[in-house]
Amino acid sequence: MSLGLGQPLPEFLLPAADGQTVALVDGAQATVVVFTCNHCPYALAWHDRIQQAARDYADRGVRFLQINANDAERYPRDSLEAMRERVAVEDWPMPYLHDETQKVARAFGAQVTPDVFVFDAGGALRYRGAPDDDYSDPSANAQWLRSALDAMLAGRLPDPAETEPVGCSVKWKV
Amino acid sequence: MRVPDVELLWWEGCPSTDTALSELRQALSEVGLEAIQVRMREISSDEDVRQAGFSGSPTVLVDGADVAPHPAEPAGLTCRVYRRRDGSISPTPDPMDVRDALRRAMAAGAA
Repeated sequence: MSLGLGQPLPEFLLPAADGQTVALVDGAQATVVVFTCNHCPYALAWHDRIQQAARDYADRGVRFLQINANDAERYPRDSLEAMRERVAVEDWPMPYLHDETQKVARAFGAQVTPDVFVFDAGGALRYRGAPDDDYSDPSANAQWLRSALDAMLAGRLPDPAETEPVGCSVKWKV
Repeated sequence: MRVPDVELLWWEGCPSTDTALSELRQALSEVGLEAIQVRMREISSDEDVRQAGFSGSPTVLVDGADVAPHPAEPAGLTCRVYRRRDGSISPTPDPMDVRDALRRAMAAGAA
């Protein structure tokens, strides 16, 4: 069961690939949580667009977090060590968190990578779905995500508020 | 003209199968093989992975050879990452790679 619109942002405390431990803190105008991973072509195809959105909205009080919850035993490319290696050579404008127990992914009801959840300043879910309508078209520019943020920052509800997340299934532990 | 064997290996955890099949059929049409049947093989277990040497979904085989071989890809039940000729990342092989593989197989049969 996934989080529904209006439901609260689950609390969590997770290790990041940069060695920090990240907890949610109050004060953001909006919080974007993206479940992603290292090996999925959809997550990789959308990656630069999500990163750029994080940079573009950083000075507007929007907090971005990405979480990798895939089973690293079966998929070693999604291990914390592999995440560290990736962050060391790429420019990440947001924390890249490791959900080893998969409890956070289950609390959100994440289904695929990427799976985007956007919460308002009060911590209520206001958008859930894909970054935009076409993973293969960089000019789509994470438009659904940006549109949701623009609406929320202007005091409106996003439209669309829900889209179908598209990507590789989250690799649950068995 | 020799008609190659064409097989698409897929795993249900990856949503790219329909796109891959559509692009494969388009490639077949472009090389004059629109009438042949694509064999679909589902990969659903680690045993299937081992037997097929499956490195991700989708995988297109022409006469048993991968149209976009990538030895560094580990075997597993996963979605495969393709790098297209324009440098973009894609969940399906570059149609030009598919067409080239089909033409090579057809030419090999004519030799």
